[in-house]
Amino acid sequence: MLRFIGRRALYAIPLLLVIVVLMFSMLHLIPGDPVQALVGDYPVPPAYRQAIEEKYRLNDPFLVQVGNYLANVVQGDFGFSYQNQRTVLSLILERAPRTILLAAVSFGLAIPLGMLIGIACGTTRHPGVDKFWTTTALIAYAIPTFWLGQLFVMFFALKLGWFPTQGIGPMVSRTQGFAWVLERIRYLALPVMAFGIHEGMRIARIMRASVIDTLSQGYIVTARAKGLGRGQIIRSHVLRNSSLPLVTIAGYAFGHALGGAVLLETVFTWPGLGLLLVDAIRLRDNMTVVGVVIFSAIAVVVMNLVVDLLYAMLDPRIRTMR
Amino acid sequence: MNASPVLLDVRDLKVHLRVGPVLVKAIDGVDFQVRHGECVGIVGESGSGKSTMARAVTRLMPNVAIGELSGRLTFDGRDILGMPDAELRRLRRGRGFSMIFQDPLGYLNPTQRIGRQIGEALARDAGAGADQARIRTLLDEVGLPDPANIARRYPHELSGGQRQRVMIAIALASDPQLLFADEPTTALDATVQLQVLQTLYRLHRERNMAMAIITHDLGVVAELCDRVYVMRAGKVVESAETVTLFENPAHDYSRRLIELSTRRHTRGAGA
Repeated sequence: MLRFIGRRALYAIPLLLVIVVLMFSMLHLIPGDPVQALVGDYPVPPAYRQAIEEKYRLNDPFLVQVGNYLANVVQGDFGFSYQNQRTVLSLILERAPRTILLAAVSFGLAIPLGMLIGIACGTTRHPGVDKFWTTTALIAYAIPTFWLGQLFVMFFALKLGWFPTQGIGPMVSRTQGFAWVLERIRYLALPVMAFGIHEGMRIARIMRASVIDTLSQGYIVTARAKGLGRGQIIRSHVLRNSSLPLVTIAGYAFGHALGGAVLLETVFTWPGLGLLLVDAIRLRDNMTVVGVVIFSAIAVVVMNLVVDLLYAMLDPRIRTMR
Repeated sequence: MNASPVLLDVRDLKVHLRVGPVLVKAIDGVDFQVRHGECVGIVGESGSGKSTMARAVTRLMPNVAIGELSGRLTFDGRDILGMPDAELRRLRRGRGFSMIFQDPLGYLNPTQRIGRQIGEALARDAGAGADQARIRTLLDEVGLPDPANIARRYPHELSGGQRQRVMIAIALASDPQLLFADEPTTALDATVQLQVLQTLYRLHRERNMAMAIITHDLGVVAELCDRVYVMRAGKVVESAETVTLFENPAHDYSRRLIELSTRRHTRGAGA
């Protein structure tokens, strides 16, 4: 098992290196002038331009720049954001926990919700139940999260006033203990609902298909022949076996979510990685853009590794393969 | 043999399946009996309705597409077709009927250890420790060496023959009076086929357990069965003592089946 993990992790290294180089090169190809962006809508004095270009070594040959950047990244130095006057690493470290919180709570609700609906649809004897949830899931999944988020803001925040419209709460909170948790929940509620419903319905659709497939397997007939009840068959034979495709897809989606949900964070002004990325692109803060994208790539690669491990845990056939 | 009372009594069984707009008469008025401790063979080509009959009799039909399911079906004097689910489950769990299938790999859960899959079929009256002992006894009884080791394994780690033996152990866990075997050796290698059949025969004798073997291989019938039903297109075309069938087949179709099977066996021996 340890060797399996080690090998998977090794595969990830060249992949990440390629991503770093690719991202850095792409930014160079995009037209635009970082010095101009730094100054704003004024003409740049030539002396100032020269000073900046020397300070940040903008005139070095491209390959030298890539090489320097790569060497720095390997040492954990993602560069300096001159828009924010801070290191990119400190920016990412500040923003990432917020994005992770949003993604974790959303998926923490979406996975059980989706599994429940999927199992209910897949195992029900009443076609009406299946039809109702299949249609609901399809519609809910088709609605973009940012639009659903805006609807929620209009209704729950502006009309009813139950939840704040945006943000993650006051920088310095006056509440403590349980009240503090409650305050966090109020700020989390709307983005989590928008995100969780979308992902939950995706999971429900996969789970339903997977449960139906599992129910057609021979070992379900064996379980019936053993005299097991319906609930028992679902618990011990359907649940685990039909979770396999779910692990792949939910794990992958979660990896993506860790890189920041750009639209959702914009709608709710949720100061996570997605919003950081949008702002950085707008301000041509190249180092930050590359840093966030590399962080996302690492998140996806790590989640894929976790998916592989979960898969091996759930399915003994994978463990003995290789 | 004929003196023992009837265990399974099937009268005028009809199973009609809906396939799109067409109604397929998979079983069309079949009479069928198994006596206590008897071994009965059901032969016929594929599509003749053998498996469908076994599924219908054991109430293991898929819930879809049944157009008609009728007849009188009694096991040990109890009506099967109208039996409530809870009672049916009790019957499957203890002294009722069990079933083994053609493809043991597909009919074992790939994600569970063998021991657990057998333990699930045991009646829940003993503690976990006693269960472990009973699982090992069952694995030993079906002729698997090192039962403690096998119990810890997953289905994909066993050979085809071992897997079928595990299926038999699962079927035996409820101590059934009647075992249905649906093409139990078709998916196995020739040498393994014989060993599994010998094990089935031994269990049939030792436990005085009635067996109904569904097969397209008349050789299997000749080795094991007391009586034979020959099925074709959803109907029983002939039923006879095995000896009578082979010496003096009454129906043309039976005669052709026997001819084909002998020819194949002779050619197999010559090769």
